[in-house]
Amino acid sequence: MNSSGVLKSSSSELDLDRPNIEDYLPSGAAIQQEPRGKLRLHDLLDISPTLSEAAGAIVDDSFTRCFKSNPPEPWNWNIYLFPLWCFGVFARYLIIFPTRVLVLTIGWIIFLSSFIPVHFLLKGHDKLRRSIERSLVEMICSFFVASWTGVVRYHGPRPSRRPKQVFVANHTSMIDFIVLEQMTAFAVIMQKHPGWVGLLQSTILESVGCIWFNRSEAKDREIVARKLREHVQGADNNPLLIFPEGTCVNNHYTVMFKKGAFELGCTVCPVAIKYNKIFVDAFWNSRKQSFTKHLLQLMTSWAVVCDVWYLEPQNLKPGETPIEFAERVRDIISTRAGLKMVPWDGYLKYSRPSPKHRERNIGS
Amino acid sequence: MGNTSSMLTQYDIEEVQQHCKHAFTQQEIVSLYQRFCQLDRNNCGFIPSDEFLSIPEFAVNPLSQSLLRMLDGFNFKEFIAFLSAFSPRSTLQHKIEFIFKVYDTDCNGKVSFDDMLTVLRDLTGQYMSEHQRKEVLAQVLEEAGYTKDSFLVLSDFMKILGNSDLKMEAEVPVD
Repeated sequence: MNSSGVLKSSSSELDLDRPNIEDYLPSGAAIQQEPRGKLRLHDLLDISPTLSEAAGAIVDDSFTRCFKSNPPEPWNWNIYLFPLWCFGVFARYLIIFPTRVLVLTIGWIIFLSSFIPVHFLLKGHDKLRRSIERSLVEMICSFFVASWTGVVRYHGPRPSRRPKQVFVANHTSMIDFIVLEQMTAFAVIMQKHPGWVGLLQSTILESVGCIWFNRSEAKDREIVARKLREHVQGADNNPLLIFPEGTCVNNHYTVMFKKGAFELGCTVCPVAIKYNKIFVDAFWNSRKQSFTKHLLQLMTSWAVVCDVWYLEPQNLKPGETPIEFAERVRDIISTRAGLKMVPWDGYLKYSRPSPKHRERNIGS
Repeated sequence: MGNTSSMLTQYDIEEVQQHCKHAFTQQEIVSLYQRFCQLDRNNCGFIPSDEFLSIPEFAVNPLSQSLLRMLDGFNFKEFIAFLSAFSPRSTLQHKIEFIFKVYDTDCNGKVSFDDMLTVLRDLTGQYMSEHQRKEVLAQVLEEAGYTKDSFLVLSDFMKILGNSDLKMEAEVPVD
């Protein structure tokens, strides 16, 4: 089952990653397999339960809800609110936005003028070079956060640099990474993007140690799993940050976590991020806008407010499978950030369930 | 971004209500319109059947293929008319008509043995062999007074399913 040629191979991914999706799906058997005599034509023809489920899915389904960005409701424009809002627009676009662009530009200048020399001149002194580059990356991220007037409250102990630990967080937008990076320089695993973002990825993020994956490559998973394991073993590497949802979700729900981060045999430190939509919705709906547009939207709003909780590190309990572990951590994060859990794989955004899943649904 | 900028006027809502014979309340129609706009991603005024497959819950439904046949290229009025069979306010007859349409693959008003076999196959998949299916279907048809070669029409369906309480409803979320 192909969907416009974007993704072909994910059915195998869905197989391995998802625990028993039919447990979550409502049972759809319309036929009782009784021995002859009890089955009547009426029972055979009555497909109403299955049809009701299908109609229910058409009317509203828990998967699409995860990626819905709610449009703002119209306001009550009256004699004092409307001019106030107009003034606000004026202030945001013509005063605040240019200031922010200026701040960001200054930040970039400082960053590049320090980063490039350090990168090339200190080639021999790796340790020193890395620690300076780390601080510089943290600095440029702070500049970024300042450029949207990010008000971030951090709760919990700051991440420590220890080997054999990974950090996992829920994912709403690419800015999640920037918000977390400004506190601690993480190494991150990301989808390689085109355009200027890709350029940034290959130059600056390389210095903090990043791992690339490609959703559309089938074999990619094994390569990535190997790279993850190598990274985590290294004592010198920056702590690794993983977004196990695999895609941006709208900060009201969490989709299922991929188990890759949970089978590395190390401690998992959950991080929960919750954005306050009071001024702007930080959810990056990648189907609706490019990242640049999203960033501009953030930069022309009053502020981006969010809370970050660093939660208690978790280990695999004896007798627990990686998938159960992933679900347990997802539960911890969702509870903390007030998100609802849905039993879907985020990659279904890019592909369709294969006929195999339909077969499995029949059996329940 | 959101598509509620293309808002429904009160006239539109009433017109749609007439079209679906008041199966939905006005609030439900507004909710369904938001859903329609969500599914109609390219804003072309109709939903390509492909789009329904991007709903995982729908795609794993055993009858999705049969339903897709009925769902092609729907505009909003047709979308509502389609879903009106699932409203608690629709009549039993309407629901039975809908079920009949699902079976009647070639839309000729007659449901053959093969049509029923197709739906049975969708529902049972690999849990029954083709031979078993044919046997069960033939047996059950005979018990009800039909043969393998008879064609069932709508009135037959009414007779068979008519005196049961058919539960075929989907709730429209109204916020």
